[in-house]
Amino acid sequence: MSNDNDVSMGRRTPRGLRHFFHQISQMANSPWGNGPKDGDGGNGGDKRPGPRNPWVTPDPVDINRGRKPRGPSALDELLRKGRGGFGGGGSGGGGGGQMNLPESARLWKWGVGALVVGWLLFSSFHIVPPEKEGVVTRLGSYSRTVEPGVKLTWPAPIEQMRMEDVRAIRTMPIGSPNATDENFVLTRDQSIVDLAYEVRWSVREPQLFFFQLADPEGTIREVAESAMRATVANFDLVQAIGPGRVEIEAQVQQRMQALLDQYRAGVAIQGIAIRQADPPSQVDEAFKEVTAARQERESAINLARAYEQQVLERARGDTAAFDMIYEQYKLAPGVTRQRLYYETMENVLSNVDKTIVEPRGVTTYLPLNELQRRAAPLAEPEVATKGGQ
Amino acid sequence: MLQSLFNNPIRLLVAAVAALVVLTSTLAIVPEDKQALILRFGEIRGTVNRYKANEDFGRSGAGLVMRVPFFDNIQYIDKRILGINMERQQVLSTDQQRLQVDAFARFRITNPVRMYTAIRTEERLQQQLATILGSSLRNELGKRTFATLLSPERGAVMDNIQVALNREAQKYGAEIIDVRIKRADLPEGATLVAAYNRMRSARQQEATAIRAEGQKEAQIIRGNADGEAARIYAASFGKDPEFYDFYRAMQSYRQTFLGENNQGGTSIILSPDNEYLRRFRGN
Repeated sequence: MSNDNDVSMGRRTPRGLRHFFHQISQMANSPWGNGPKDGDGGNGGDKRPGPRNPWVTPDPVDINRGRKPRGPSALDELLRKGRGGFGGGGSGGGGGGQMNLPESARLWKWGVGALVVGWLLFSSFHIVPPEKEGVVTRLGSYSRTVEPGVKLTWPAPIEQMRMEDVRAIRTMPIGSPNATDENFVLTRDQSIVDLAYEVRWSVREPQLFFFQLADPEGTIREVAESAMRATVANFDLVQAIGPGRVEIEAQVQQRMQALLDQYRAGVAIQGIAIRQADPPSQVDEAFKEVTAARQERESAINLARAYEQQVLERARGDTAAFDMIYEQYKLAPGVTRQRLYYETMENVLSNVDKTIVEPRGVTTYLPLNELQRRAAPLAEPEVATKGGQ
Repeated sequence: MLQSLFNNPIRLLVAAVAALVVLTSTLAIVPEDKQALILRFGEIRGTVNRYKANEDFGRSGAGLVMRVPFFDNIQYIDKRILGINMERQQVLSTDQQRLQVDAFARFRITNPVRMYTAIRTEERLQQQLATILGSSLRNELGKRTFATLLSPERGAVMDNIQVALNREAQKYGAEIIDVRIKRADLPEGATLVAAYNRMRSARQQEATAIRAEGQKEAQIIRGNADGEAARIYAASFGKDPEFYDFYRAMQSYRQTFLGENNQGGTSIILSPDNEYLRRFRGN
């Protein structure tokens, strides 16, 4: 490049020199400078100055100094250098210039070169992160899908790459568990259930994801709602709010995947999670009553079980005691019987008031009132012992 | 010429810009997700990258397209699947149930020429189809009972609507891919309140049934327990009923006269003939 330039400089020197000065004067005459023509036309200090060079701060003395060509502004300088740099005009600008001008020319070349190289690098090298895949289009037409890594493509206008995360599982909440925001769904028995759920999905084929659907997220949302409602409509309320959830989730996922595949959406439904499936707040009280009734049933059963244990243990205890005594009794029936009898009587009679009426036919005076009053608490234990018989 | 162009950066720049302008007005890129109509003074000269069923990306007509600068104009029309969102409609079923219905449809423009001449833009097509969808939905659902909408038969209803809608959409160069009911809700007011009442009474019925069931279970358990206890007693005491009678009587006396509530509060009048006093008389 510079070689070429040198040759051209050598050849064009005489013309170039003239050209250079011409250019300088041209510049001075240009709209950016205060052209001498203006000055000639005005020919007096009282007239308004002509168009000013907007890049030069006007010198207050300038007006009085007449319309002499002014010194070049910074931009002029740059432009001149630029022109000179490409060797066209400025190459013959004397000994000093010859050192200066090729230097700026090289600067231009390097600048442009670096820009082009940078752009090439930037638009041809792509680092595809490990969780993504890149979809390459060549002049708008789909070319290929590339795996993660450093990938090369043609530079920008020819090939372009769009990257999409294919590993991440995204979640899309539909409905919310807040009481204020209700998402009612009808069940088979025409009841209403307040549903909140999440759809987890990921991009399976990025090229389909990019090119097939105008609004992929909106589509997934609508498909989810439709699939959920269609599925819940096949379940009873009791199923929907309780044991049927897992089944519903599975069916919705299947339905959604089938629909999205039909659209060729390039989306994989990873799962559905029902976060809330409650009856509406208006009938919540009635549902709580059912829960309460269930608790009551459990407690009634528990009480009965307790009674059962009590009765059975008692029976086992009683019979065990009897069996033990009976074993001994069989060995010596008479003695055992007598012993038991006397022991019992001893115990009983030693603690009570005793009256022995000796002769027959004598009626003693009995303080019946007192007897009856004392006898009253007796009734209870007697009843209790009947249970064993 | 080239040399002078090269030697003068301004000229080079101008030339480059000019070349760019000519290029961009001659060449156009039709991306994969667009169909293009080439219009010369508004007249359709051809189509590029038209929708074809089941084609693979990369083998469609997308890519560079040439045109005559300043004469030809390119109109892009979406090739992807588009959606129609209908306003919520109130539908009256044959059994006089009112329902709020939300539906959506998915469609695709299969004939861009017809679509462009009939309605010009995708947005207007979407509006038009939404209106048609609403009316065919009302027509179709008006012939059904409320329960049908909640049953698997709903698929058939949707198919009918899709056929009806598709017939209309064909006129606009579009094809309906899918029609679905998003929501079918009971409207606010009396219907909803009635539904709530029904749900509530159903729950109350359930609660009562559960309580009764609990009582029944409890009774059965108690009865079983009593029966089992009786069996245990009988098995043991049946070995010697006479001794049991004696033994139990002894137990009973102790219990009766020595019970916790009866400390010394009993008076017993004994006849001398009493067995206990047999020896008392000295015989």
